[in-house]
Amino acid sequence: MADGAIQTNNSSGAAPPGSVRDLLRLWPWLRPYRGYLIFMLVTATLAMVVQSILPLVTAALIDGPIARRDTSGMYPLIGLALLFGVLEAVLFGLRRRAMTTSALAIETDMRRDFYQHLQRLPVSFHDRWPSGQLLSRVTSDLSTLRRFAGFMAVFFFANLAVIVVVLIMLVRLDAVLGISVCVVMAPLAIATRYYERQYNIEARRAQDLTGDLATGVEESVLGIRVIKSFGRRGQLLENFTSDAQRLREAELKKNRTLANLWTVIGSYPQLVLAGVTFFGVLAVAHGRLSTGELVAFITLQLRLNWPLMALGWLIAGTEETVAASARLFEVFDTKSDIIEPESAARLPVNTGPARLQFDRVSFRFPGAETDTLHELNLDIAAGETMALVGPTGSGKTILTALVARLHDVTGGAIRIDGVAVDRLALDDLRRTVSTAFEDPTLFSASVRENITLGLPDASDEEVREAIEIAQAGFVYELPYGLQTRVGEQGLSLSGGQRQRLALARAVLGRPRVLVLDDPLSALDVHTEALVEGALRRILSSTTALVVAHRASTVLLADRVALLDEGRIVAVGTHSQLLATNDAYRNLLSQKAETRV
Amino acid sequence: MTATDTPDGAINESQWRGRYDKREEDAVTEQPPAGRPRLEREARQLLGQLIRPHRRQIILVLALIVGQVSTTMLAPWLIALAIDRGMPQAINGHYRTLTEITGALLVAAATSGVLQWLFLRRSGTIGQAILIDLRRRVFDHSQKLSVSWHERFTSGRVISRLTSDVDTLRELLDASLDGLLLAVLNIVIISVLMVFLDPWLALMALAALIPLFALFRWFSGRSTVAFRRTRETVALVIVQFVETFNGIRAVQSFRREKRNDAIFEGLNQDYRDANSTVFKLHSVFIPGVTLVGNVATVAVLFVGGTRVAEGGLQLGVLTAFLLYLRQFYGPMEDVAIFFNSLQSATAALEKLARVLAEIPSVPEPAQPRALPQPVRGEITFDAVEFSYDAQAERPRIVLHHLDLQIEQGQTVALVGATGAGKTTIAKLISRFYDPSEGTVRLDGVPLAQLTDEDLRSAIVMITQDGFLFSGSVADNIAFGNPGASRAEIEAAARAVGAEEFILKLPEGYDTDVRKRGGRLSAGQRQLVAFARAFLADPAVLILDEATSSLDIPTERAVQRALYTVLHGRTALIIAHRLSTVEIANRVLVLDDGRVVEDGTPQELIEADVKSGGGRFAALHTAWRESLA
Ligand SMILES: Nc1ncnc2c1ncn2[C@@H]1O[C@H](COP(=O)(O)OP(=O)(O)OP(=O)(O)O)[C@@H](O)[C@H]1O
Ligand SMILES: Nc1ncnc2c1ncn2[C@@H]1O[C@H](COP(=O)(O)OP(=O)(O)OP(=O)(O)O)[C@@H](O)[C@H]1O
Ligand SMILES: [Mg+2]
Repeated sequence: MADGAIQTNNSSGAAPPGSVRDLLRLWPWLRPYRGYLIFMLVTATLAMVVQSILPLVTAALIDGPIARRDTSGMYPLIGLALLFGVLEAVLFGLRRRAMTTSALAIETDMRRDFYQHLQRLPVSFHDRWPSGQLLSRVTSDLSTLRRFAGFMAVFFFANLAVIVVVLIMLVRLDAVLGISVCVVMAPLAIATRYYERQYNIEARRAQDLTGDLATGVEESVLGIRVIKSFGRRGQLLENFTSDAQRLREAELKKNRTLANLWTVIGSYPQLVLAGVTFFGVLAVAHGRLSTGELVAFITLQLRLNWPLMALGWLIAGTEETVAASARLFEVFDTKSDIIEPESAARLPVNTGPARLQFDRVSFRFPGAETDTLHELNLDIAAGETMALVGPTGSGKTILTALVARLHDVTGGAIRIDGVAVDRLALDDLRRTVSTAFEDPTLFSASVRENITLGLPDASDEEVREAIEIAQAGFVYELPYGLQTRVGEQGLSLSGGQRQRLALARAVLGRPRVLVLDDPLSALDVHTEALVEGALRRILSSTTALVVAHRASTVLLADRVALLDEGRIVAVGTHSQLLATNDAYRNLLSQKAETRV
Repeated sequence: MTATDTPDGAINESQWRGRYDKREEDAVTEQPPAGRPRLEREARQLLGQLIRPHRRQIILVLALIVGQVSTTMLAPWLIALAIDRGMPQAINGHYRTLTEITGALLVAAATSGVLQWLFLRRSGTIGQAILIDLRRRVFDHSQKLSVSWHERFTSGRVISRLTSDVDTLRELLDASLDGLLLAVLNIVIISVLMVFLDPWLALMALAALIPLFALFRWFSGRSTVAFRRTRETVALVIVQFVETFNGIRAVQSFRREKRNDAIFEGLNQDYRDANSTVFKLHSVFIPGVTLVGNVATVAVLFVGGTRVAEGGLQLGVLTAFLLYLRQFYGPMEDVAIFFNSLQSATAALEKLARVLAEIPSVPEPAQPRALPQPVRGEITFDAVEFSYDAQAERPRIVLHHLDLQIEQGQTVALVGATGAGKTTIAKLISRFYDPSEGTVRLDGVPLAQLTDEDLRSAIVMITQDGFLFSGSVADNIAFGNPGASRAEIEAAARAVGAEEFILKLPEGYDTDVRKRGGRLSAGQRQLVAFARAFLADPAVLILDEATSSLDIPTERAVQRALYTVLHGRTALIIAHRLSTVEIANRVLVLDDGRVVEDGTPQELIEADVKSGGGRFAALHTAWRESLA
């Protein structure tokens, strides 16, 4: 059975468990808000103090004035109780206010940095990473982090402090019994540590599976037309269900560990309490302890219960945060391998076309075993138009992607006006080189914004010219003309319309180097002829590399390079090649078909 | 650097976003047609539906928690017993009672532990069952909805519904339900106890419920709006995120990063502001609950104290009362926190319920008509008019009154300028949309009356973009027919000439093509999409520029395959390269949504000679010239 197999399993492999070190690495984001964090810690502690004083005031009131039936003596203490009561709420509110500002800001900052970082990671990274994995990091992992920063971190310390204080008080109340309690409680720490590790691994897996689920959803939505066209809703639902079930299993594993942890943390102290009762009563019987002391001891020990339970919960939350930050740092730690040169070379000041050279250029996809492009040489003179033809899969697209450094060459160099592209500042390079890709991508923005993607302050005149060259006059007839929003959140366009917009985008501002990957494939013959006519005008004033499958497009070029299996096997004019090269003739001539 | 390049130089959205139809816009922002109560009702109903199948389990869980609470409550009583009874005997050297009581304590602790464990596991399982049910429902429903809905709603939003919104419900289910139950149990029991202790003081204590109620009301009203905004803003963040990284090539090569930074930052801040509103409400609401409790305690203390001083009340009663009060107001905070999660989940459930309430605009028929077998593959357009935005302020008619009859076994080529409406016709035959007027029929049965099953096995379309899923090449081909054997898959690949390149891939048919088929070249993707359609073996095959990225020899090979494959099938071929059209025995020329020429290729070419104005003839001449 083949169904059920179309899905992403790549992240299911065991990831290394995160460690507390990952938490410490969050510091740069926490730092700007350290004042808030300290403030939160202080208010939380104060609130706890107030909380424990309040009963004392009540007790003093009852034992004192009320027991003495002294109505007027009550007032100061009542006032105090009221004050503390209000104070507790106010401290509580203040802490939450501080949390609003800091935790949210930390989350927002990290999200911003994550997005900015991702935008600058190379295309090869994005090809490799399932998109849902990135998305789940920016949504659910970051909210986990926010909860931690705003809440858990503070309470973790506060609770730990309470536990330590209570233990100290127990020891001071009765050394033998107190120390015994401390010793007997020790295994709890070990058990907790054990479950904690396990929980970390399980949390990580659940988070990864959440990402896979998102990837699956995205694919099924983007592929909706294919799915509908083949009527495969059932199969998709099955795939989704099995993804969701895997996630459920992971969540249930987490749940089991959590149940174990909580049960241990919840009941173990109760067992200890039974022991304390037994030995305590014995101690009283033997006169080593007074009844009052025993009662005090037990009451105090009972106060450990809640902080311990809370600690169990906080530990789980912390482990989730550890796993979430490990996931985030996996991405943050990926450095772009398209490196900006340290001291960027400048292109000779010149606005005319540039010379484009491929000098023994080799390229191998990361992880591939063989080169896709082999030591190819190509010299495109300034102002020349070079067509690139070759059979499907010969490496044309990847060759075009190398010019603007969407990928880096793995051997040799590409030069613009004699300067290797990796010595130019990326911004400069990409300003000089303009590309139209084989699949036109539109963004949810106005037509104008889509055309002026690379040149936001292009003049109206330039935009008009670009539209004219790409024969994209249809945009003026859209409901709001150039202001019409297109793309996913706007109006959908036909394939040929999209392609022409992408072309207009590429030719806007007359770039010095123009790279077009099969730019006319979706156009009808008439429109194609019109576009070609218009293109010719600008091709004379720019250096161009045009990928073509059709003779008509090839005719735009001064020379043609024939690519086969990653090697340039011939370069010449169209008619030369047609006359001398069999492979070329076979590739471009339609003769065999023209029988009509 | 220019002004617009600065990352924090805020860009006014109106400068780049562009305009779009108002009504469509509303649909996208999901402004509910009905008001708030209706939305909330939908959300609650959904929650009810999700919970209903687990009623018994939930009762069991409740029993478990009641058991656990009671055993825990036993401990203080047993300790008191140990001191009162065990101690005197122990002093006399008899340890039996003490041992027994300690034993009971141990048993109580263990029982409580076991019950708690069971409770946690059970409730966890129920929660996960509810989540998976919800996920499946929403997923399946979204797949049922029409293409036009997806176009409006955008992929990012669907993703956000199925991830971030569902997560909110997970948080609610994770939020300690036991805490809530315990709290409620405590509150009820203690109210009763207090009333027995002293009705007047109890009345005072309970009077605090009035401001509490007001506080809850206030929070509920404000937070609903605020939570809703968080759901909307997070969806926009996701939409932008998804769009950016799907178009990363264009983003990078056109140096869009900085502008995107600014745009994203705006959305990110909106999300933060929405969250911040919620958090600010919290920072009043939850301390407010504490405050009410504390003030009420002091009031009881004051009144009670005065009465004790006047001799109207026993000191012991007051002490007990105060102890109870702590256990009465303390859990109120848990209730408040839970209420908050509930509000948040309700906002998310509203969104999910909205999706579920969406009626497919291209619905499956309630009473389908059977398709006569074997399927002949005859397509009829009967006075069809179509507009993508029929509801809009300015609808654009794409097809005007189209009458068309495609006979069984005919291979029809559809040609025309870009934007003429060719793809639209193909989509209507595939029933991605229903015509605004008129009907499309297959073998005389309106498409709208066919089951999805019948329709999809009869008609298959290879779309312009030829979407591939991540997964192996073989899986992608098998998408055309999930039951196909490996041999059949390979045969299909061979038939379209895809085998050659597939075998060169590192793992052959098992090579992962990566997201959207990124591991393959454009032409290779088209070949795989082609093989997929061949494998599906439908009665009607629609090819929408299915060979546009192929080199000529490969295209020729595909055509040879088409010759044999199309025999006996109805086919609609859309192509700009007329070489593809030559295998057609009928050509339709489309211009601006109207069929302007119709005939065999031969006839149409000759029409040129006869009438001197044939469009196809002109196209054909131009194309021949272009071959040079
Ligand atoms: N990420 C990748 N890893 C390994 N190989 C790849 C990867 N992406 C593409 N390839 C392979 O590299 C070769 C060249 O692909 P490219 O897209 O450059 O072809 P092309 O000449 O543009 O073909 P077409 O005319 O079909 O667009 C193909 O054989 C393809 O399978
Ligand atoms: N989903 C859509 N929503 C709104 N308008 C659309 C949609 N799809 C296409 N259109 C518009 O409908 C018209 C016809 O589009 P269609 O895709 O049918 O053209 P086509 O003839 O296939 O063109 P091409 O050769 O460029 O693919 C175009 O003007 C296009 O802008
Ligand atoms: Mg290509």
